[in-house]
This record gives sequence, structure tokens and C-alpha cells, in this order.
Amino acid sequence: MLRIEDLHVEIGGKEVLHDINLHIGEGETHVLMGPNGSGKTTLIRTIMGFGDYHVTRGAILYRGRDITNLPIHERARYGIGLMFQRPPTIAGLKLGKMLVATSGNRPEEVAEYAAAMNMAEFLDRDINAGFSGGEIKRSEVLQLMIQQPDFVMLDEPESGVDLENISLIGSAIAKLLEKDRHIVSRHKSGLIITHTGYILDYIETDGGHMLCDGEIRCHGNAREMLQLIKAKGYRECIECKKI
Amino acid sequence: MQKNIEELESLSAEDKKRLAITGLEVDSLNRCGSFFQIDQEIVYSSCEYEGIEILTLEGALAKYAWMEQYYWKLVEKDRDEYTRYVADQSHPKGYVVIAKKGSKNILPLQTCLFLAHESIQHVHNIIIAEEGAELHLISGCASSASTEHGAHYGVTEFYVGRNARISTTMIHTWGREIEVYPRSAARVEENGTFLSNYVAMSPVKNVQMYPVAELVGEGAVARFNSVVVALPGSCLDLGSRAILSAKDTSAELISRAITRGGTVIARAHILGEVEDTKGHIECKGLILEDGIIHAIPEIEGWVTGTELSHEAAVGKIAREEIEYLMSRGLDEDEATATIIRGFLDVKIEGLPDMLQKQIDAAIDAAESGF
Repeated sequence: MLRIEDLHVEIGGKEVLHDINLHIGEGETHVLMGPNGSGKTTLIRTIMGFGDYHVTRGAILYRGRDITNLPIHERARYGIGLMFQRPPTIAGLKLGKMLVATSGNRPEEVAEYAAAMNMAEFLDRDINAGFSGGEIKRSEVLQLMIQQPDFVMLDEPESGVDLENISLIGSAIAKLLEKDRHIVSRHKSGLIITHTGYILDYIETDGGHMLCDGEIRCHGNAREMLQLIKAKGYRECIECKKI
Repeated sequence: MQKNIEELESLSAEDKKRLAITGLEVDSLNRCGSFFQIDQEIVYSSCEYEGIEILTLEGALAKYAWMEQYYWKLVEKDRDEYTRYVADQSHPKGYVVIAKKGSKNILPLQTCLFLAHESIQHVHNIIIAEEGAELHLISGCASSASTEHGAHYGVTEFYVGRNARISTTMIHTWGREIEVYPRSAARVEENGTFLSNYVAMSPVKNVQMYPVAELVGEGAVARFNSVVVALPGSCLDLGSRAILSAKDTSAELISRAITRGGTVIARAHILGEVEDTKGHIECKGLILEDGIIHAIPEIEGWVTGTELSHEAAVGKIAREEIEYLMSRGLDEDEATATIIRGFLDVKIEGLPDMLQKQIDAAIDAAESGF
């Protein structure tokens, strides 16, 4: 589904990601881990195509197509979606209007999905204006439910969310990733950034990747890697240079 | 004085469309009454609703001796050359609307001032809501597509009685070389509410106005909202002022301005003269193409118990906001248009749904490309 080859990325003339190689197959969900500032958010924002991130070498292939230089909206239309960690507030623009604008020919689904995410009363509010941590995440998941991406990137989906909301958000994300389907008939893939791993109580994953100083240091079982980090911190990862 | 609406029907298809954008309904459905003036000729004046009387200004002055108490009492004749021009007319034009005590009408009364041929159109309007009355006005002001040059001088005096409510929604569709000088003022008595909404999305040479609301009775409220776009060659010098001169009065002055190359001066002034008064000003501007947005919010307090605040911001659309919408599948132009439409979306408290929809439709129909 997604293949990243020898990717180097600069922000403001400084290289922040070096020689990234990553493969996520159809139906698979992977976890991206690493200390603060290691480049996790940079990687998924580069995959989405944001303007500040300049690919200086390498390629991003999505379903076999080179998307490295495509504008953001074309990537979104091909099926890539992103749950933002800290989305911007847009004064005046109502959440409901944005959802209708991005829903294609299915505006009737807006009310249904909004009810499912406990967001019905937010449809008339300015996007993200005064939303709590949990409300921002519910709004992000709701937007992805309307968008129905095939490849879903989630940037710290559990940060700032209370226990009640995490269950709702976790279950909704599991559905977005077709976790209710048998692996053979599952077509959606995902990449999740998490520090705590709480979200993994709701979502089975297929692989983990450790990012340190802009490099992927190791690949492995996500739960196992998180347990090691919880026990020993990131120190060993930072010191480890072996891939 | 009442004439057939046929005169309006003789307008060209394009002019009818221009009037429709201003909210005018020629068939008058969903309206409680209508007043149409083309240049200096009043072609239609009627109101079917009990409790609301609409008259021409000359008719009202002839019919009611007490009308003198409302004539040139809020706007000074000598204020400037435009008020003097209106005051010097031997046959003053314009309308008088009287909402009788306790009458309530959610359906708006529509007034249309259309500039077809003459160089200067002048009007003097007086609107009175007696105690407990509720009156909504929608004023469409437009010029014919074939009128290149011209000017509109309009004096309007609003009297909001105790527990009464007046909303006035003005949608302008003037031409590139037209100059417009409205001179308006309102006096609001105890627990009265005055709402004034202004929408201008099409090119005009000059608009200059600074309506004032004097809140003279306890608990009186004034809200001014304006949503404007300045295209190249347009200068919109728009302000609003509220004078809080009784306890528990409050005012909110909100403006949204966009320039695509023209000039907007967004003025606002709230004066808190007495204790227990509140006022807030919000001036927001977006510069989409090089032009001028000059926001001048002024708050002036005279006593300890007045609470006044303002926020003003002028800038461009944040790249982050555009990219956020692009990540949901909108292309750059669609994302920009969606954000601009949101910026212009001002929900007006206390305005009937129908008028809110009319304002929304006028913004949606803007020729400005969004």
C-alpha cells in the first residue's frame, strides 16, 4: 500500500529525516514510535505533502504510484487521510459546513456519523474553536469517517483524551481500519504515532518502527517495543545505531 | 400614491437580478409590505399587515402633525453637504414606517431604492417602532447595470420605543462609479433593541457612513454587523457608533472586511457614559490581494462601571488552514473559498431566520469569485 524508499527531508534548509525506508502492506497497521523531536510527525506530514517539508532524495510510493511531488489534495483524493494532533482553528468555518464540503456526494452521512461520535452539537461551532482535547480528537475521527481514506495516519490519537473518550475514539479508529473484517478481506492500512500505546488496546497492529534523530533505528513487534521503552526509556534506542 | 408594481416589471432582466441579490422580492411573498422608489419616483408603497403603516415621507408629514417630532431630530440637517442637500429639497422623498404599539411582525417589510437614470437620488426615511412593537426591514439598494455614474444620499432616522425591536438589513448592489452617502441614526428606549446589518459584495466607487445608536433607556441594546468586500476602485469607509447613556445598556459592533484591491476603513466607536454598561467591538479583515484595510476601533469610557473591549485583526489566510482542508480532499481554490465563506459568516442574534438566509444568499451570490 505505502512504500517509502531512501527518503531524505529538509525543513528550512536543515535535513531532519535521513534515509527512511518503510513498507506498509494492504490491510496492515503499523506503529511509529520515538522520543519527542525524533521526526515522527515530520514523516507523516511529509507523506501527506505539507509545504514546509522538502523531499531532497528518495520517493514515496502509494499503491505503486510515485506521489512524492503531488499536492496535498491529490494525495487525499487517492485515499490518504491524516488525523491531526493539533489541528488549526478556523474562525467562522462551521464543522458541519466543512464536513459537507468534503463529503462528496454523501452529505446525508454527516449527521449520522456526527451522532456516532457525539459531535452533533458541534456541527454549528467553528472548527476546533474552544474544543477540549477529546473533542478535537472526536472531530478529527469524524472528519476521517466522512473522508473514508484507505490509508489512515494517526498522530497521537490518544493525547489529551480521557478514558471514556479513548474507548469511543479507539473503537471508531478500529472501524476506519476495518479491524472488524477478516484480514483477508481487509483493505485499509494505517500508521499510528503513539507514546503511551493506550490506543493499542483497541487496535491490533502488525509492526512497529522506532524513529530516533530522524532515522528509523529498528523494526519489530509494536507491543514488545513499547514495553521495552516503558521499562528502559529511549536511551538504548538513542545509543543504538544498528538497524 | 400607490402605483402598480408593473413599473418594476418593466425593468431589464439584468436589473431584476441585481434587485434580487439585494433581497427584493417583486412578487412580495414572504414580505409584510413593500416600498419601491426608482430615482425620485415612488412607484409602489403598500403594507397589508395590521399594525404597520407605510407612507411616503411627504404623505406622512401631511397626515400627522406629530411627525415633525421625528423629522430631522436624530440626524442634523447641517451635518454635511449630503444632509444639507437632502434638507434643501422642496419635495422630500423617502418613506415612513410606523409599527404600532404591540404589533409584531416576523415577516420583513422590504424597501427598495433603485438608481436608474438620475445623477443623484435622495431619500429621507423615518422608522418608528412604538412600545412593544417588532419590526424587521430589508432594504435593497441598487443601481441599474446601465447606470454608470450617480450618487445616493439617504437620511434615515430610527426610533425604537420601550420594549420594541427594529432590525434593518441593508444589502447594496451598486455600480462601479456610484457614490453612496447614507446618514443614519437610531434612538433606543428602555429595553429596546436595534439591529443593523450591512452587506456589500459588489463594486462601488465610494460608500461613506457612520450610523449612530443612542441607547437612552435602561436595558437598551444595539448590534451593528457589516460584511463587505472591496474590489479594485472601491472605497468603503464604514463605521458604527453606540452611545451607552443609560444603565444596563449594551452594544456590539462587528465587521468583517475583505479587500481584493480596494480600500476598507472599518471604524467603530463605543462610548460608555454611565455605569453598568457593556460594549464590544470586533473588526476583522482579510487582505486577499494588495489593498487597504484600516481598522479604527475606539472605546471610550467615562465612569468606573462601564466595560468596553475590542479586538481587531488584519491579515491573510493562514497556510496551515488551507493545508488542513486540502488534506481532506479540497483543492487549494476550494479550500480558500471555504475559509473565506466561513470568515464572512456572521450569525446575528435576534434576527429572523428568513433574513439571516437572505444575508447568507447575498454573500453566496457575490460576484467576487467565492
